[in-house]
Amino acid sequence: MSLLLEARHVTAGYVLEGTGPIETRPTIQAVADVSLELQEGDVLGIAGESGCGKSTLATILAGVVRPPLRVTAGEVWIAGQEVPLEGPAGAPSKGRQSADLLGRVVAMLPQGAMNALNPTLGVQDFVYDVLRSHIPEITRQEAVERAKERMERLGLPPRVLGAYPHQLSGGMKQRVVAVVSTLLNPDVLVADEPTSALDVTSQRMLLALLLNFLEQRIIRGIVFITHELPLLRYIARRVAVMYAGQLVEVGPTDRVLFTPSHPYTQALMHATIVLEKGTRRQRIKTVGGAPPELVTPPPGCRFHPRCPVAMPICSQAVPPTVPVGERHEAACWYVAGDPSGEAGAAGHAAQ
Amino acid sequence: MPHSDSVLIETRHLTRTFGQGARQVRAVDDVSLCLRRGEIASVVGESGSGKSTLARLLLRLLQPTAGQILFEGVDVTGKSSLRELRQYWRKVQAVFQDPFSSFNQFLTVRKLLERVLGLETPSLDPEAREARVRWALEQVALNPDAILGKLSHEMSGGERQRVMIARALVVRPLVLVADEPTTMVDASSRASILNLLLDLRDEFGMTILFITHDVSLATYVSDTLFVMQHGRLVESGPVEKITESPEHPYTRQLFADAFSMSERG
Repeated sequence: MSLLLEARHVTAGYVLEGTGPIETRPTIQAVADVSLELQEGDVLGIAGESGCGKSTLATILAGVVRPPLRVTAGEVWIAGQEVPLEGPAGAPSKGRQSADLLGRVVAMLPQGAMNALNPTLGVQDFVYDVLRSHIPEITRQEAVERAKERMERLGLPPRVLGAYPHQLSGGMKQRVVAVVSTLLNPDVLVADEPTSALDVTSQRMLLALLLNFLEQRIIRGIVFITHELPLLRYIARRVAVMYAGQLVEVGPTDRVLFTPSHPYTQALMHATIVLEKGTRRQRIKTVGGAPPELVTPPPGCRFHPRCPVAMPICSQAVPPTVPVGERHEAACWYVAGDPSGEAGAAGHAAQ
Repeated sequence: MPHSDSVLIETRHLTRTFGQGARQVRAVDDVSLCLRRGEIASVVGESGSGKSTLARLLLRLLQPTAGQILFEGVDVTGKSSLRELRQYWRKVQAVFQDPFSSFNQFLTVRKLLERVLGLETPSLDPEAREARVRWALEQVALNPDAILGKLSHEMSGGERQRVMIARALVVRPLVLVADEPTTMVDASSRASILNLLLDLRDEFGMTILFITHDVSLATYVSDTLFVMQHGRLVESGPVEKITESPEHPYTRQLFADAFSMSERG
């Protein structure tokens, strides 16, 4: 296994309107000291709810940081190259550099990717436009040929290239944009809630397509962001759980989902509704309260106001990240101080 | 079909088409179903199966091309004057998918809820209005004092959707049509909204039509399932029966496609 993507201590926020130097203005602290790794050939899932910073993290990993978002600390490396994030001193935009990186090293597939298609252009004109912006000398015919060959290789009907967006279903549009965004064989694909506008049948087809990208070595790794845990169980080998900008738990998918250590991961699993859970006539427990606003986030562990096992220290200091199993960590004072619990037992097993 | 007291809404051969000639789409095609008092019934099907068109027909926001809608045994299909529609909406209310776009961003929660009370005849005095608004917010577990003055951007998606449900409840309707109310909210808020639907049924005997593409949610919340495909009702019945032995191939496919926690790609 080799390391494909690494994020080290990334901290970023949205600077609000105001006067005075940028450092002193109120800031929505969307990502707080996040470190992540993605191995070659792997799928890393990032789980979390609206406003937890997962989309912000996605744009940072994809190197598309734009004001008012500002990265104040940390770095991101993909396949040995540093992804440009605007420097702490508000360094001049490295626009050109990120255009070279985008599409070739990292590509992004957002929730509304299908809306990238121009309703007045046929799909093949869109393909030509995209490729031309990366390879100025490419001809229209070459671009279309390239897309056609790729569609055939992935088992998609090449005839959609001749269609207009309104003639395609939402699921097909999303798959077409996924194919086009990976035409230059980027190392990493960052998929941010790519399935949330689709029905389950289309969701399955998109996930199968993404896994096919990996199998065919079109891309070398995927970061998949969603709040749907069953989707992560399906596609991800490792899962990172985010809450209010902080990473609370990272580990192998099955361990994180089925023997969660962090109280927030546990609550999220309890609230998940799936067919086989036998939940019919059995009321699902939900997490009380709401996520905090992030201009002045709760001190210490940001989950402490909603946490059922919060202790005095939880509101005083940021919890340490402690190992709870093999390549499985949680950032929680309760887990750190309780070697006899479920998490502690897992920690012993790992040793 | 003989009319029974337990049936609140009945549709007979309900059909709605869009477009003309060869490009005509039969969005809802010959749908006959019964919605019983005090039950939660779910309409499931993929995008484009006609679920939302059916909801709009039942809400009388759209005229059917053919067929009838009976409410408490009375054919309401032709009753489409504004006065008659307002009477209908006093009894049948809706919550939609997107709490971001269905929310007037210039109105506070108080204004939003008070407006709906305009449907009440005779109109309520200010004190009764205030009491009703507070009652509705309490039903959806929101603190009226904290939320009455808020604008839409000051609330989370889950809160907005709760306010939209309170908005529907404020006229104390008999029926709530909920069209994908949980699609745009988070996993944890989703469960609490579904629990709220269960409470409305159990405490007030409210009749709820829940529209979703997610059979897991439908199975959790409903008594009856209606499965739609290409505008047609392909299977219907008690949820236990359908989950145990789905008859139509499309129903089987829907259940097979639902993501479970035990499956890997």
